[in-house]
Amino acid sequence: MIRHLLSGADLDAAAATQILDTAAEMATVAGREVKKLPALRGRTVVNLFYEDSTRTRISFEAAAKRLSADVINFSAKGSSVAKGESLKDTALTLQAMGADAVVVRHPASGAPHRLADWVAGSVVNAGDGTHEHPTQALLDAYTMRSRLGRLAGLRVAVVGDVLHSRVARSNVLLLSTLGAKVTLVGPPTLIPVDIAAALAPGTDVSYDLDVVLPDVDVVMMLRVQRERMNDSYFPSAREYARRYGLDGPRMRRLPEHAIVMHPGPMNRGMEITPEVADSPRSTIVEQVANGVSVRMAVLYLLLGGNKL
Amino acid sequence: MTAYLITNVSVVGAAPTDLLIRDGVVAEVGPGLAAPDAAVLDGTGLVALPGLVDLHTHLREPGREDAETVESGSRAAALGGYTAVCAMANTSPVADTAGVVEQVWRLGREAGLVDVQPIGAVTVGLAGGRLAELGAMADSAARVRIFSDDGHCVADPLLMRRALEYVKAFDGIIAQHAEEPRLTEGAQMHEGEVSTRLGLTGWPAVAEEAIIARDVLLAEHVGSRLHVCHVSTAGSVEVLRQARARGVRVTAEVTPHHLLLTDEVVSGRSELASPALANSGSSVSGRSELASPALANSGSSVSGRSEPASPALPNNWSPAGAYDPVYKVNPPLRTAADVAALRAALAEGVIDVIATDHAPHAVEDKECEWAYARPGMLGLETALSIALAVLGPQWELIAERMSRAPARIAGLDSHGLDPAPGVPANLTLVDPAARRVIEPAELASRSRNTPYARMTLPGRIVATFLRGEPTVLDGKAVR
Repeated sequence: MIRHLLSGADLDAAAATQILDTAAEMATVAGREVKKLPALRGRTVVNLFYEDSTRTRISFEAAAKRLSADVINFSAKGSSVAKGESLKDTALTLQAMGADAVVVRHPASGAPHRLADWVAGSVVNAGDGTHEHPTQALLDAYTMRSRLGRLAGLRVAVVGDVLHSRVARSNVLLLSTLGAKVTLVGPPTLIPVDIAAALAPGTDVSYDLDVVLPDVDVVMMLRVQRERMNDSYFPSAREYARRYGLDGPRMRRLPEHAIVMHPGPMNRGMEITPEVADSPRSTIVEQVANGVSVRMAVLYLLLGGNKL
Repeated sequence: MTAYLITNVSVVGAAPTDLLIRDGVVAEVGPGLAAPDAAVLDGTGLVALPGLVDLHTHLREPGREDAETVESGSRAAALGGYTAVCAMANTSPVADTAGVVEQVWRLGREAGLVDVQPIGAVTVGLAGGRLAELGAMADSAARVRIFSDDGHCVADPLLMRRALEYVKAFDGIIAQHAEEPRLTEGAQMHEGEVSTRLGLTGWPAVAEEAIIARDVLLAEHVGSRLHVCHVSTAGSVEVLRQARARGVRVTAEVTPHHLLLTDEVVSGRSELASPALANSGSSVSGRSELASPALANSGSSVSGRSEPASPALPNNWSPAGAYDPVYKVNPPLRTAADVAALRAALAEGVIDVIATDHAPHAVEDKECEWAYARPGMLGLETALSIALAVLGPQWELIAERMSRAPARIAGLDSHGLDPAPGVPANLTLVDPAARRVIEPAELASRSRNTPYARMTLPGRIVATFLRGEPTVLDGKAVR
């Protein structure tokens, strides 16, 4: 197993599949009365969050605790970080405290890579800037596999602000590794240059959501920040929603079996309407539950935990 | 004043001869010279070049003496073979008054290791709002002729026009950092495949090219001199080529790092733009992805001389890890195709000068997240080696691009002159056969941000003379 999980590209098909299979075993724990395994007893997992992200942090926290690890939450706010401590000094501090794993969320792309140079423990990227969020991609893949029974050959549309999306980058990498076919959909202003060459050669790009929808098994809607319109990425929230939002009529263009995903938090009425978000096709709540199982699997495998 | 007799030395690549330096000038040139009072340096195997001149140096004093001082930067320059450097204006306070440029000039004189020629800011505080007192700086003891807001672009077209016009009164020149600010808001690295993969905001080539295109038209319109700092893209080369063909008075520089490194190093991949260029047909590293565009374009046509293949860089160098800000620089490292175009332009003369953009930064400004790091790289102590690695031993070309042309552009009359009787003895001796491994801790600069750490580079500066006095002897600074 690899030492750090920084990027979807760190995982080959075997490693990714191992994580998904392990996550499936972990999921059985959630159904038990005592939702806890002793696998990481005595190990310390630090959640180092430089950005507010309650859902990701508590997901990792729940995952670590269910594996009996000691969890330290280190938030940039109210800590020495606010006083201007450098990432390196923070890393050395965590190192001195004996962190076995550091789960890091950071607004700067690549911060987890820097951290990995400075700590002896494992680093898990919980979202870095506009770069990657590999455990999100793993939980998305897990969700697709649970709902649709496979990943190889799946056709997945990832729709929205791909340019600024760490979720999109990790998904393109991981899904391609696992044999799915990804089409990125959004206004040209929000599709980064040379995306296929940069990430996965088979990746397609489309600017027309309606054309793509009838031919996909999965449509993944990305969060789009309204503020982007101030930078002229699109003219208005209304126009964005009209062209790239998923509403009821659009959803009905999907094949019968297709599912709708969203990494959350949603902008209801912007990229997704309540009718879609709350429909049976939507996997949004499952994704949250699966997040804990997948993160348990990642921590367990990275830290070389004892037998389950 | 000690006299120096340098024996059996090749002057700018010519057949070996002797050089006698006395009373600050080159007294005699010719084989079999004798001077009993002179200290003798055996120049066998060495090449004498006119002392190198850097059009683009950041000495950081006043303001960031923790990163560099005029003295430490001067020492780095001398060790790199330089006898004159042009110090950029983005100090703190900004060199936008006669007082500050005179301070920098005086500190340079006191250090006495190279001639430090201050560059004045174009606008007050580099803020791009109104012109600094350009005339006062020109008339000061520092005799400023180059003006630049380097680090910032003079983006306002009216202000740029006025600046170009105004400095005609004292034969000044505006050195533009070409970067359209609206197109580079938040930019972190070259916009392309690698920035997409790394999720870093892109710095598009067009942001540079659009400003150069505008500025050459402005310079043409008002009949002024324009100098373009650190050209980094193939498109910029095209714009410059067309402007020069029309007779626009535009000169341009390229940095050593833009001639060697590509944006792939940011991702931690070992992808130098082909080290071996001059006439070598084969990639040194044996990796096909390194080389091709550069090799294709830099064939034998350029120098007109048939030199042996350039000394190869080793193929075992690998960059620091992904996102290491030691590779963060502005303008950013570009693609292999850009590197190839820059090399071709340098050979062709569309680019006149190799300038270092030596930009020292304190450790804490580089040992951090990429987005928070300051842009810039050290360059003075490695520039000649990079030129050798990239161009091979094309001494004429190196002397022209690293000494004569920059001295002409800066108006430094006593520099950029080949060693000849009566000429000021500003020269440097290079051992082209030497190889050295770059160790950041051994550099004379106060800072350590060299992108070439642990790289084996060709060439070593053996001695540098400033007006007949050695500033470097046996590869060591005299003080």
